[in-house]
Amino acid sequence: MDAKDILGLPKTPLPIAQEKKSRPHKDSQRKPDGISREVYALTGGVAPLMPSIDVSQLKRRPPSDEKITWQWLPFTSSARKDNLQLYHWVRVVNGVPPTGDYSFAKYNKSVDVIRYTDEEYAKYLTDPKWTKEETDQLFDLCERFDLRFIIIADRFPTPRTVEELKDRYYSASRAILVARAPSPGEVASHPLVKEPYNVTQEIERKRALSMVLSQTKHQERKDAEVLAEAKRIAESRMAARAAEEPDLPVPPDIGPESAERAIGPGDTISPSNVQVHAAAAAPSTSVIADNSSTLASLRMLKVYLRTYALEQMVQAASSSAGLRTIKRVEQTLQDLGINLKPKVPTKAVCAEHLELRKEILTLLNLQKQLQYKEAEGSSFRDGSYGDMPGTAKRSQRAVDQDRTFVPDTISFGGDRGVKREQKRKGPGRASETPSSPAGAHKRPRKMKASDL
Amino acid sequence: MPHPATEAHVEDGGSASKPQRIIKLGKTTEDGDKKGTNKRVKDFELCVPIVYGTIAFYLGRKASESQSHKWTVYVRGATNEDLGAVIKHVVFQLHPSFNNPTRVVESPPFELSECGWGEFEIGISLFFHSNVCDKKLDLFHFLKLYPEDESGPQSTKKPVVMESYNEIVFPDPSECFFARVQNHPAVLVPRLPSGFSLPAPAPVENTNDKGRGDTKDHLLSQWFMNFSEADELLKLASARQQVQAHIVKLRRELSAIGGMPQPLKPASSYECS
Repeated sequence: MDAKDILGLPKTPLPIAQEKKSRPHKDSQRKPDGISREVYALTGGVAPLMPSIDVSQLKRRPPSDEKITWQWLPFTSSARKDNLQLYHWVRVVNGVPPTGDYSFAKYNKSVDVIRYTDEEYAKYLTDPKWTKEETDQLFDLCERFDLRFIIIADRFPTPRTVEELKDRYYSASRAILVARAPSPGEVASHPLVKEPYNVTQEIERKRALSMVLSQTKHQERKDAEVLAEAKRIAESRMAARAAEEPDLPVPPDIGPESAERAIGPGDTISPSNVQVHAAAAAPSTSVIADNSSTLASLRMLKVYLRTYALEQMVQAASSSAGLRTIKRVEQTLQDLGINLKPKVPTKAVCAEHLELRKEILTLLNLQKQLQYKEAEGSSFRDGSYGDMPGTAKRSQRAVDQDRTFVPDTISFGGDRGVKREQKRKGPGRASETPSSPAGAHKRPRKMKASDL
Repeated sequence: MPHPATEAHVEDGGSASKPQRIIKLGKTTEDGDKKGTNKRVKDFELCVPIVYGTIAFYLGRKASESQSHKWTVYVRGATNEDLGAVIKHVVFQLHPSFNNPTRVVESPPFELSECGWGEFEIGISLFFHSNVCDKKLDLFHFLKLYPEDESGPQSTKKPVVMESYNEIVFPDPSECFFARVQNHPAVLVPRLPSGFSLPAPAPVENTNDKGRGDTKDHLLSQWFMNFSEADELLKLASARQQVQAHIVKLRRELSAIGGMPQPLKPASSYECS
């Protein structure tokens, strides 16, 4: 207000009027009747679609004819097998404590692990790869840990994989069930009998899953590209075939199959893998579909200029990138001494240019990832995990490694040194010059969380 | 008997069906035009490298207020070959202050000269022969009269030259066009696979009486710029190498950091029981 006085600016009456106007507006929106405003705001300030709590009940006071006290009383739980005496606060109504089992005892569920007798073992369960002792230990652990096989694998005295343990447990249980059943029909509906554990399939499934999970973005994109291309080919073939004589022998649709084979990992298990795959590839498919649809749309044109084609492809390739990233790509190109639009746009030059742009995009993405990882790492170190044995090593490694902290714009040792220096942000970041590969960098200072 | 000898074996696997397609087309095209004008050559694109631009001379003593420069706008083959086999005519759209700003040039060399004082954007529309393409292609070029460095008076001997290289791409050329320009120096034809057969190429036709559609000995040819892709390719290759090296480095760093802070057994973190 004083500043406005000094500057001689008129004190605008508007904001005050607006405040008055907005307040009654807000009042009419507020609807909570039994709950405080803050609590209501937790739901987003909007009434729930299905009222979960009867609002009128919330402020209800207990009937005044009852006398309520709270007492510290002992209790027993059917879930405990020992005689430990525990106490807790109990709401006593008119001097009568509540009856019944401990309310949480019903959650103490456990698995019915079938235990065999020694004769049963001798008769049905002998296996060359398993000793009786091992099998006994397995079943003990299964019962103790409720079939949590990861823990069981951890605790198992001899090294066994989770799949082996599961296989032994399930096949043994199954054998016992079947042996004990008076007739096979009776037990056929039991889940253990109905769906036997398939070791090889499980191993394969997990291997495929981990492969899919550890696919790099690059691979994902490539696969999505292949899939989109295959789809396009299949569709165009479908259209071509539809246009021709119907009595032609239809060649087998090798398109999608070859695409699946080209995917590589997990090609022995197609259904689950491809589904997981498709889900994983879905976000990047749109980018690759852009690329192949650009090609398709170019082919639709009767005639076009090479530069137009390049523009379209560049647009498609950077469709997932924000404006800032695109600017950085262009800056990098300039630093490298490359024209943003090629001076001699031949087919080869345009192809190389496009690939270069894509590679720069990859580079910028990696840079970002590295920054995030380092941010995570530094907060990990500076935070509550200070005592972990790994962190001391980690921080050392981060500083000692022969690497440069890559700045916002990569300096490629061009001849526009002056301009670049001015643009670079942040103190003391070593710059990378391609002519001096190894030790010519400054050692970067130790990172603080406030840096990033 | 199906169409003689002109069975183009197309790239994708539908070649078995080709003969029947040809029969169909043969029956339906009834105009007197060559048979199979609708047949396209799939998966091969024809490329015509061109250079277009302007050359402007300062008129010096002869200059007046309204006519200080003499300039020429043109479209030529990148290697100065005759574009007449591909382009039928070119329409240059000048600034409305010119008389009849829409100038049509019916035959090669496709150029236009004028006098003026102002710089503006010239619209260049390329119209192709009917069996090449029935859509026109638009280019734009900014007429530059004044040189970059403004030191001293302009010379009447040294013109201001602005040229742009580009390539016209025909993604789906008709067989007839393809055959016609197979051996034409102005057109870049991809190498065809061995099984490919086309009608014998026609001798290079010249719509010009004197046959001088090329610009090799053009008056202004001494000012034409040279466009070599080799230089650009070299620069691009070196740039790509640098970027790739960076990427490898970053990937290594990422994996070094990424593998670190897990105290658990790596195998168990992926499994689900």
